[in-house]
Parts: sequence; C-alpha cells; structure tokens
Amino acid sequence: MPTQARQRRSAPQAPPGQGAADGDKTADGRPAADKTASPKPARRPAGKGRAASRASSESDGQLRAFYRDMLLIRRFEERAARAYTEALVGGYCHLNLGEEAAVVGLMAALKPTDYLFTNYREHGYALMRGIGPNRVMAELYGRADGVSKGWGGSMHMFDVTHRLLGGYGIVGGQLPLATGAALAIDYRDGDEVVMCTMGDGTTAIGAFHESLNIAALWNLPIVYVIINNGLGMGTTVAKSSAEPDLYKRGAAYRMESARVDGFDPVAVRDATAKAVEAARHGRPYLLEVVTERLRGHSVVDPAKYRTAEEVERLKHEDPIQLFGAKLTADGVLDQESIAAIEQEVAEIVAAAADFAAKSPHPAVSTLFDYTYATPVANDSRRLPGQPLFDPEPLPETATAATQATATQPTATQTTAPGAHA
Amino acid sequence: MTIMTYRQALHDTLRAEMLRDDSVFLMGEEIGVFEGSYKITAGLLKEFGPKRVRDTPIAEEGFAGAAIGAAMLGLRPVVEMMTINFSMLALDQIINHAAKIYGMFGGQASVPLVIRTPGGGGQQLGATHSQNIELFYAFVPGMKVVAPSSPADAKALLLAAIRDNDPVLFLENLALYNTKGEVPDTDDPSTGTPAEIGKAAVTRPGHDLTLIGYSRMAHVAAEVAARLAESDGLDIEVVDLRSLRPLDRETIVESVKKTHAAVVLEDDWLTYGIGAEVAASISDGAFDYLDAPVRRVAMAEVPMPYAKPLETAALPSRDDVINAIRQTLAAVGHRATPLAQGVPHS
Repeated sequence: MPTQARQRRSAPQAPPGQGAADGDKTADGRPAADKTASPKPARRPAGKGRAASRASSESDGQLRAFYRDMLLIRRFEERAARAYTEALVGGYCHLNLGEEAAVVGLMAALKPTDYLFTNYREHGYALMRGIGPNRVMAELYGRADGVSKGWGGSMHMFDVTHRLLGGYGIVGGQLPLATGAALAIDYRDGDEVVMCTMGDGTTAIGAFHESLNIAALWNLPIVYVIINNGLGMGTTVAKSSAEPDLYKRGAAYRMESARVDGFDPVAVRDATAKAVEAARHGRPYLLEVVTERLRGHSVVDPAKYRTAEEVERLKHEDPIQLFGAKLTADGVLDQESIAAIEQEVAEIVAAAADFAAKSPHPAVSTLFDYTYATPVANDSRRLPGQPLFDPEPLPETATAATQATATQPTATQTTAPGAHA
Repeated sequence: MTIMTYRQALHDTLRAEMLRDDSVFLMGEEIGVFEGSYKITAGLLKEFGPKRVRDTPIAEEGFAGAAIGAAMLGLRPVVEMMTINFSMLALDQIINHAAKIYGMFGGQASVPLVIRTPGGGGQQLGATHSQNIELFYAFVPGMKVVAPSSPADAKALLLAAIRDNDPVLFLENLALYNTKGEVPDTDDPSTGTPAEIGKAAVTRPGHDLTLIGYSRMAHVAAEVAARLAESDGLDIEVVDLRSLRPLDRETIVESVKKTHAAVVLEDDWLTYGIGAEVAASISDGAFDYLDAPVRRVAMAEVPMPYAKPLETAALPSRDDVINAIRQTLAAVGHRATPLAQGVPHS
C-alpha cells in the first residue's frame, strides 16, 4: 500500500524478478555461489583476498580512516572481553571480532539522519554511529554515564542523537521495529532510511519473513542487512537455512538483494550505498555481508564445535591483518603509521575503560523512573519484601498475647483482630 | 449525553482522535476494506484513506512490531488485533519490546501504542477463539492494560490510551459490543474527557458485600447487584476495575473495609487469574476486616468446548455469581454471630 508521496519519490519499480536477479552477483561483480551446489558455507573464493579490492577513487585518507576505525573496534572489543573476565562487565557480552570491516563499511554509507536497528552484537555499531567510546564502555560496566544509563548493558545500546535505535537481545526482535520506523518515515514523507542488521541465524525466524513482506508490500525505506559469519551460536548456516545463499531470500518478496565480501570495508560501503540509495527511493533492499566470527558466540564461549581445520583457517582470516597488509602493499600505510594508529586507538580504549570504571553506578532511587513514560495512578513502586499496604497497628492486647505465647495461640489472640471498629 | 452502543463509542472515539491528531493512525487485519471483523472501523478507510487506515497482511508479529517501531518515532498507532487470541502471535513484540523499550534504554524512547482487542467466550468459537488472556499483558511492568465495561468508559479510556505515551492493551469484549449506555457527545474532538488509567470505579455503592469485576464481568456484576437489590433487598457495592495494570488496590481495599466481604468475578481461568491478584490484595490490605473468605467466580479450567451446553457450563453465569454471593453472605452471618458477642462491629 504505497502512499502517494512514496510513489512520487520512487524510481520506476523493477519488473518482477529483476530485483532478485540483481542478487545473483556479489556487489563487486563476482559471481555468487553456484545455485546448484550443496549447501556450503558462504565463503569468499580462495585466492581472492577479501581486502583485495581498492576503489581507484578512494583517497588514502579514507582508507587509513577505515583501517583506524576497524582497529578501534578490535581494541575496544578486546578491552571489553578483558573487563568481562575481570567481572567488570556482567550478563552476556557478544563481540564484533572479525566483523570490523563489515561494521565500518556499513556505517560509512549511512547519513547521520538515517536510523540503525541492530542486534546484541553491537558495540562496534555504536562506536561507528559516533557515540563516544567512553559512554559505550560505561554501558558495558552498567554505569550511569552509559549510553543507556546502565539499563541496557552490552545487548541494549540506544542513542536518539546518533539514531542508534537499539541493540536488541531477542533474535529477530529488531526487524518488525525497524520496519515500523521505516513506516513512520514513509508516513511523514521523510527522506531518511532505516538500516536493520541481523545475524545469519535470524533469517530462519518468522519475524524476518513478516518484516520483509511488509516492507516490500508498502515500499518502505529500509535496508535489511544479514551479517553472515557462518554460525548462529554453534549452528552453521547450512544446518539452519534451506536456502544457504541467504541474500536470495529477498526474491520471495521481489526485493532487490546482493551479497558482499565482508572483509573489504570499501566493497561493503559501496554495496551498502547502493542499497541505501534504493531504500531512499522506496525500494527496500536485502544485503548479505559475508564475514567471520573470530571467537566464540560470546566472551565465555570457547567455540569447541569448530573443527581443527576451521580453527587453522581462521588464523589466516583476519580482516584487519588482511586490510592492513593490502594497504601497506599499496603504500597507504607503513609500519610507522600503523604504530601511530595503534597508539591512538590504545589511548582511546584505555581512556574509555578508565571513564567507565570511574562513572557512578545508577542510584537505586532511580529504580522506578523508567517503567512508564506517562506517569500513571497506582503504579507500584515497592521493593521486594515491602507490603502492599502499610500494616495497621495491632491492638495492644494482641501484641502482648503474641509476645507472651508465640507458639500457642490463645482465645484472646484468635478473636483479637476485631479491627472492624 | 447520547445513548449509544459500546461499538459506536469506540468507532466515534477513533474517528475523533484521528481528526484531532494527524499522528494517530490505525493498523490491523481487515480494518479497512472489510471495515473490521466487528465493524468498529466501519467507514474510516473511506474518510481517512489507506495511509491512516492500513490493512495489514496476516502477520501479527510483523504488524504489531511495525506499530511499535512507528510509535518509537513518535506516531500514535492504534492496532486492532482481531481477537486477543491472535495477539499471542505478537507476544514477543508486545512483551519483549513494547513493554521494555522505555526502561531498557533508560527512558530515551517511549512507545505510544494502543492495541485494541476483544476477549470473550460464549460465541461457540471453541478452544482457541474464546480465551481471556489479558493476564499475560497485565503481568508485565511497562504495559498498561485497561478493560472498559461501558460505552462511556470505552470512550474515556480509549481517549486516555491514545494520548498516553506508553503501550496500552485495550481490552474489549465480544459480548459488550452491542450493549448500550450514556456517552458524552463527541462532535467536537477536543471535548472528550479521558479517563485516568490506573483507577477503578465504584459503579454502585453498597454495604453488604463488594462485587469486583472488569470488562464483561463488571457488566454482569452491575446487573446481578441490581437484581439482588430488588429480589432480596441486598445492598451490594460494585467495583469495576477498569484498569488491570496498574491495579487500583486502594479502591478495592477501601470498599472491602466497608462491606467486610468480597466476591471477585472474572472471565479468565481461576488459577493464577486476575481474581487471584485481587484476592491477595484484599488479604494484604483488609485482612482484619473480612468476615468471610474472598470468593472468586471464574471460568472452568478447561479449553473452551464448542458444544453449547458445555460452553455454557464452562462460563461464569449470573446464577453462579448469585450463588457465590449468597454463600459468602451466609459465611458472614455464620461468623458474625459469635464474633458479635465479643467484638462489636462498627
């Protein structure tokens, strides 16, 4: 049900099938995985370095900035993991390790006015949306200066100013919400776009299909992004998705889709820019970013389900090393500049941890401040153990009797609560 | 004042709020072209167009969640769930998201959302279409749950719900849509007076016993109280809860302190039901004032059968309520006699 306004802004709709066909190539033009192949993990073809592409128009400064941002996420996440093992961070803690190029590329294609909904693996996204590392780390520490004031923790970062409208801890929960945000933009005839990221495992959940269907029906300005790191906790894509080429799921909704190499920030940025542009014209888009999760599902997961070959392979699969090596070979970076970036990032992360440690814990007196946005009569503000009603004073005779014969009820005691008077 | 049905009151209020505020819009299955399964939204598509009266696919989780997301950006969606049974498909969005977003993000975004939905059995719709599961929502901090029993309250509480910045589950009832009552006029949208969410109402004052209900059962309570006044000269006080979260314990307890006896009516199942919370509240706040145990009249604990005699037996009837009242008053009399010898009643 497109609104008139959306139709006006929209480019002519692609005829049925064309959008899906668009997905048959990866964003950098390489053919996608063979359709008839048995379900194998979506891995980049051997020998084609994920950090290999370099857009000729890309300035050295931009490339260095990408590298710096990737390294910031890496060092931030490593520091978060350390803080977790030191019990400074509680709950669950899911890291973006291995996904740095994907995060940096995706966020580089959004305008500050665009919205992001993401899942519980979101520290890097928060940083790249422009939220200060201090506030992100303080949220992990559960402190009052945290981005969600200590109410959300690792999985639930939110910042209106930077239009990060939530990390969400329930798999798939963010998809209908993001779709609704896009609906609100459309309703107001706005020019913003919503990006909604998710893991590969999310494509099996009902909310994924309901959301994509609704977005396509109503021509909503939204880009759905699948971060395919090959594993939903310990379950492979092949074991959880009957169509392991996840981007192809867009075809069921006549939604344009594509797959991109998630180790290459430039390729991701370019593929995302194309997707965002389509969405801005009322054509929702599904983008699959193929990447790796270098560690366990969360900090505490040793990932023992991985085979020895997989573990060995991952030793050579580090987007930062690959991108750094490529930029070094291209003369964009050298040892000195890499060391300078390391130094800068280390200082930022150390300062963030320091800030978080010094930030105050939220006051217990604020416990009931965020149940309702509109104050309401009879809102319960009781701590555990407090009675619903202040007990009325017992008659003196009853009190005396209770004290005298605590274990042996007397006639006085049984009849004493005649508080009707 | 105009006499109108509960259905008409809902319809007129939705229309008035849409005229008043451009950010109010409707979403749901079959609310536009079909004009609503229960015709609450009849004519609104024609008047407001498909942008503001939005027919959705059969995807409760998807469109409930979309409404929540739209609300996060400041719109005021009013979602119709065709029946409360279907809302279970959207539980994740409503309970894990709508009810959490304000708190979980430290008060940075609110969710001004209304979900209108009818509960109720008695229409031979069988086990999956006759449930009263408002408790699921009333259990959850962050939600507000209102349950009007009269056309006037339907209007006043719907006004309040739409203008509230929190997610509100607005419970309707299939058996109430055709009931009539006096409603303040709605010609000028700005004249409607919203009710205060979180407040119960004493809809009939009395001294002999407190009868507590909500939604359809508040209606039943009023009828039974009137009947027993006529037939037995009983002076029964009726408390209409109106709001299930927050629950107005104060009004309940104050009433029981006056009457010394209570019967709680509910269309949901007894064990762990709304009535259990009401009874516990009475125990906490009026223990010393009770002359008889608090009785609850609730649905039989079975999946609702289709066959009419079985369905009728499973649902609380007026006779069930009258029996519970008589037994409770008998117990009061039984206790009052020996007590009266030692401890004077006020």
